[in-house]
Parts: sequence; C-alpha cells; structure tokens
Amino acid sequence: MRKQRMAGALGATLVLLLAACGSDDASSGSSSAPVSAVATTSGGVDTTAAPDDTTSGSADVPVVSTADSTDLPVISTADSSDIPAAGVPTELGKGEGELNIIAWAGYAEDGSTDPAVDWVTPFEKETGCSVNVKTGNTSDEMVQLMQTGEYDGVSASGDATTRLIEGGEVSPVNTDLIPNYADVFDGLKMKPWNSKDGQAYGVPHGRGANLLVYNTEAFPTPPDSIDVMFGAAGDAAGKLSVYDSPIYIADAAIYLMSSQPDLKITNPYALDQKQFDAAIEVLKTQKSDVTQYWSLYTDQQTALESGTVLAGTTWQVIVGLAQANDAKIAAVKTKEGATGWSDTWMISSKAKHPNCMYMWMNHIISPEANAAVAEWFGEAPSNAKSCALTTKGFCDDYHAEDDQYWDDVWYWTTATETCLDGRTDVKCVPYSEWVNAWTELRA
Amino acid sequence: MTMVAVGDRSAPARVSRFLRRHRRFSLFVTLGGPVTWMMLVYVGSLLVLVAAAFFKVDSNSKVTTDFTTQNVVDAFTTGSFIQTVIRSVLIALAVTVLCLAIALPMAFYIAKIAKPRYRRGLIVAVLLPLWAGYLVKGYAWKSIFTPDAGKFAARKGGGFLEATIGWTPGFGKVAIVITLAYLWLPYMVLPIYAGLERLPPSYLDAAGDLGARPFRTFRSVIMPILIPSIAAGSIFTFSLSLGDYITPRIISGAKVQMIGNLIDQLQQQNQALSAALTLWPIAIIIVYLLGMSRLHAFENV
Repeated sequence: MRKQRMAGALGATLVLLLAACGSDDASSGSSSAPVSAVATTSGGVDTTAAPDDTTSGSADVPVVSTADSTDLPVISTADSSDIPAAGVPTELGKGEGELNIIAWAGYAEDGSTDPAVDWVTPFEKETGCSVNVKTGNTSDEMVQLMQTGEYDGVSASGDATTRLIEGGEVSPVNTDLIPNYADVFDGLKMKPWNSKDGQAYGVPHGRGANLLVYNTEAFPTPPDSIDVMFGAAGDAAGKLSVYDSPIYIADAAIYLMSSQPDLKITNPYALDQKQFDAAIEVLKTQKSDVTQYWSLYTDQQTALESGTVLAGTTWQVIVGLAQANDAKIAAVKTKEGATGWSDTWMISSKAKHPNCMYMWMNHIISPEANAAVAEWFGEAPSNAKSCALTTKGFCDDYHAEDDQYWDDVWYWTTATETCLDGRTDVKCVPYSEWVNAWTELRA
Repeated sequence: MTMVAVGDRSAPARVSRFLRRHRRFSLFVTLGGPVTWMMLVYVGSLLVLVAAAFFKVDSNSKVTTDFTTQNVVDAFTTGSFIQTVIRSVLIALAVTVLCLAIALPMAFYIAKIAKPRYRRGLIVAVLLPLWAGYLVKGYAWKSIFTPDAGKFAARKGGGFLEATIGWTPGFGKVAIVITLAYLWLPYMVLPIYAGLERLPPSYLDAAGDLGARPFRTFRSVIMPILIPSIAAGSIFTFSLSLGDYITPRIISGAKVQMIGNLIDQLQQQNQALSAALTLWPIAIIIVYLLGMSRLHAFENV
C-alpha cells in the first residue's frame, strides 16, 4: 500500500543515516517530498484538513466524552480472542489521558507535516488523550509492533488483521460505543478482514483498489485485462512494474480465475496447494517481463514518468502524482477484478488506554477526520458522510460511493489454513507459506 | 606529571595514591566500561541474533519460544538462497577488484608523484564524496545508467552514459558493481595511501639503481609492502558490499537481490529465517577475515 511507501521514504532516510556518511539534506529531502506531493494531488488539503472547529462538530457524539463512570475502563479484554463476545466492553469510562497508536504514514497527522493537515490536535483537545503515533512501514512491521503489547491500537490492512485477531493481539470491538460507525458504508462492515464469527474487530478506515497502470502511447487501445501483467504485455514486455509483497500472489490468482477456470479458484486468498503452485508458476514466468519490483511508491512513480515502466500494478495515488507530472499514463481496474485494501482501526488486547482508543476509533471515522485523511492520503473514505466534505470530484475519482465498483475488488486478506472460501475438504496455503514462496521467487 | 607528596591529604591525591597501589582496580576502571559495552552490546547482540535463528515462527508470524533448526536448515539448503549468496559474494569480490584497480594508481599518484603541498587537497578530494548522502549517490548513478527507454520514453536518449558514449550497462549486476565500487572507493584508497606513505623513497631509488623496470619495481618492491594495506582496504569494500541492500534496490528496482535484501525483506515477515540467513554473511566475513589476517592485514594499518 502506498502508505508504506510514504513511510518507506522515512525508512530509507533512517537507512541512509545508518549507512554511514548520510547527509542531512538528503534525508530530509527524501522524507518530505512524497508527503507534500500527495498533498498537491489530493488537492485542497488546507480546505479539507479538519481545523479545530469542524472536528469539534463530532461533539454531538457524546457517549465518548460525556461518559461519567469511573476512570478505569469496564473492559476486560485479556483473553478475548477465544470467546469474542466476552471481552467486549459495554460502556466507556473517561479517557486515560494518553494514547499510543501505530498508523500508516499520513493516517494520524498532527500538523507537523503540514500545519494545515491536522486531525490529531482537535482530538486531543476534545478528549484530553494525548496521542503518540508510531508510523508503521509495512503490514509485517505493524504485526511485529502489536506483538510487543505496547500499543493501544493500529490501523491494520487486511494482510495483517487476521494475524492480529488469530494471534490474540487485538480485542473485539463493541461498535455501539462508536456512534460514527453507523455512517460507515455497509460494504465495508463485518468483512473477513475486520471481523470474526460475526463479531466486529475494528472500524473501517478507508479503501482502495490495486489498478493496472499503462503508458498511453504504448497502449493506444486502452487495455482492460489483467493479461497485460501475465504474458500479454505487448510493447510493455520487459517493462512491467510489480508490487513487491507476498500478497501480490493473489493478483496471479485473480489472473488464474479467468485464464484457468478448471483450477476452480473462487477466492484469490483461499488457494489450496495445487492452485497456489499454479500461481507461483505464473509469477515465475512473469519474472522475465518485469523490470521493477516496487515497494517505495515514489520509485514506481519515477519509473512511470520516465517511461522505463510501461505497465504495472499501481495505486490511484501514484497515478495522480505521475499524471500531475505529465506522465502519459492511465489506470484501469481490470475486468477480471482486482486486489485492493480496506484498512481497519483495531484495539490491542493489552491496551493500557482503551477508552482513549475507543474515542480515537470514533474520531478517525467521523466525517470530518475521515474526509481529511482520505484526501491527504489518497483513498476512498469509509464514512458515507465524508464525501460531502471532500473536494469536488474527489469521491468520484476514488469511487467512494460506487458500490458496484467494489463488487469485484478482493480486499487484501490474510490466507489461512482454513480456506476462506468455505471449502473444508482441503487445506489452504497459509500466509506464512506465501511469505516463503515469495521470498524464494524473488531470490 | 608531578608526584603526589606522601603527606598530601587532599582528595585527588588520595585517589591518585589509591589507584597507584591498586593497579588492577585502575585497569578495571579504565577498561571496564568499554569492554563491558563491547561484550554486551556487540557480542551480546550478535549472540541474540544467532539464537533468534532457532526460534519457531507460528502461522501468525509471531516468534514463539519453541526450538527448531528448520530455519537454519532452510537458510543453508534452499537453492534460491544459495544462489543469492553466491551472487552477493561475486558482486562483493568484483567491487573489491574494481576498487583495487582504481585505488592503486590513485593512491600511488597522491603519495609518490603529486607535489607534497597538493597531497592534502587530493586526499580531501578522495574523501569528499563520503560527505554526500548515500541515497543521493545511489539515485544519481541510477540516472547515469538509465538506458534509452525506447520509443515510449518521456525523455529521449536515456541517461548520461547512453547520451555520451551510446552504451550503458542498464540496471543489472554490472551497474550495481560500479555503484558500490564508487561508494566504497575511499575506503580502499586510504589504507593503500597510508601504506605507500610508509614506503621509503629510497627503496624505489634502490630498485631503479639496480636496474629494475617500473613493473618489476611494482611487483617485487611495492606490492609486498602494500599487501597488508590492500587486504585491509578489501575488508571494507568486501564486507560493505556483501551486506548492502539499498544499492541493489535503487539501481535494479529490486530485481537483482543480494543477501541483504533477503534479510531485510524477511526480518518483518519471518524473523527467525531472517536471523538464520544472517549466518551466511557472518560465516563469509569470518572466513574472509581469517584469509586476510594471513596476509597480515591487521598489522601496521
């Protein structure tokens, strides 16, 4: 996801410092450039970033701030993963005064990146919870950080949520305590990546699809098929750009769903050994057509702009950035369907500040904050009321309200041994095997 | 240094007397800190790293405390890992050879041919690139290597190499070797320069007087004296190249993977396997250091 790219720039900065002889100007350059660039494309950041007065509008969401029970929460979440319903709190106490969260870069802005982009400060003023944000660079890093038990919550993507739920790192969430949850698009609620056995494990933050980007000169006829990435690249052969993560195996599975129907893949995240091997085979063949495996989103952007990459898997935000720099590219969601992501704010099972975390979950999906994040970050907001607050055309660009658009988007989900498509006669390949296979494929 | 008078009762004098009488204690005071730091922070973390290779990682990518040798077995038997290790070693060796080929004449010129008053300036010039950011240099080389992207290129003609000499190694292993050689060159030039500084000019004169041609002088007089310096420089270039993972990522778009890329990628996805893979570079570097110490790399550097 592109959030990790943003953070990737920061990570790269650290690396630079570690790699001896790093110079300050280089590091600050690499970390701030992408952020401000995003701001430009999303447009009107200053108008959308929730200033104090707009956000305090969510004060009409009183449960959180007016609850007058004792300081200590009524939450007993310790071992809730086994019996989901048991650990769910039924009412909230006062805020604990502090909150430690793990977030994708750009998900919890407090004005330090851009003074106009700030939805953390209003929250702190309103609730008295002072927020400490730890930026997670990748899903895997977030899982690692949550396993330390030192954080109250996380903005987890679907390739992390299942591991967090199954590993007992996060607690079930009582959505009744989160008034803004009612306004979240129904298409995002109670999904495999944010719930278990009918129990919600968090609140949806926003979503996006992984698109097929192509050079408009190399493809005078706009392509609409995922085949471009797997064998039918045409002029783009040898100039493909692929997302560098085990989760990309699902893209190959989507290709197989249409190209080899006899494999009977019904869900790209539920692959038995035979289907999985077929996907890996496809990826091995693809390798010779690939010129770039990207994980830092600016890397792909640069390659698209220079024309060294002529097609690839991309995110809407990259397309916007590159087009703003006059790159001759366009993007499309392939007709076979596409992978995508839907992020979820989750609360740690060892949260020391659960009340503040509940207040945060309510705040971050409030129309004001949600609209501000979506525009700053470049994704479709999760709150139906957010679109009224975004720049004109934004929600159309990101298909926020277009339910049909999302019908064939397979949001990132962690593969488990129990097949996600409901099959019980076979075992599916778990995500840990995906990691190993991807590592070997890339090595 | 003034001796402390026996009858002096001031506090510093008493401390001084105490330390003089208790040699072991004063040794402990001076060396204790650094040695403890070395043992705990350096050796200790290395041991923890090795130990981490034997933990089992469950299906939620959580490191458990169960013991397993599977990670180490995987790290040392998986064909694609071994290929990556071989690739990394070859790249590191190529970088070392390239650095040596460039550094020898450079250092010789600075130490023996250039006028003494220019020497300091030339050394500064060699060191100057170290002041620039690593990433900046990486991306700069990438732009230099950019091939002509063909008819769909936004900017025709490719990067500097393509535009000037009409050839570029592209974004493959050759490009990585050149970039790494550029990055670590100063670490090769400096020890060789120091070695040449110590070479008495009279040796060269003597060789000349005895009728040796330049190459013979180089082979029989200069090289034997320089071997330890070269070995020392090669330790820098070899080990820095072997562990590098940023340059392959920047230059090759992560297509060419080195051992560091594997470790980097896995340390979040499968920490134990990642730890097991670090045994590769540790083993390789130990072997390399042993080899270099036979060449007296650790003496008179």
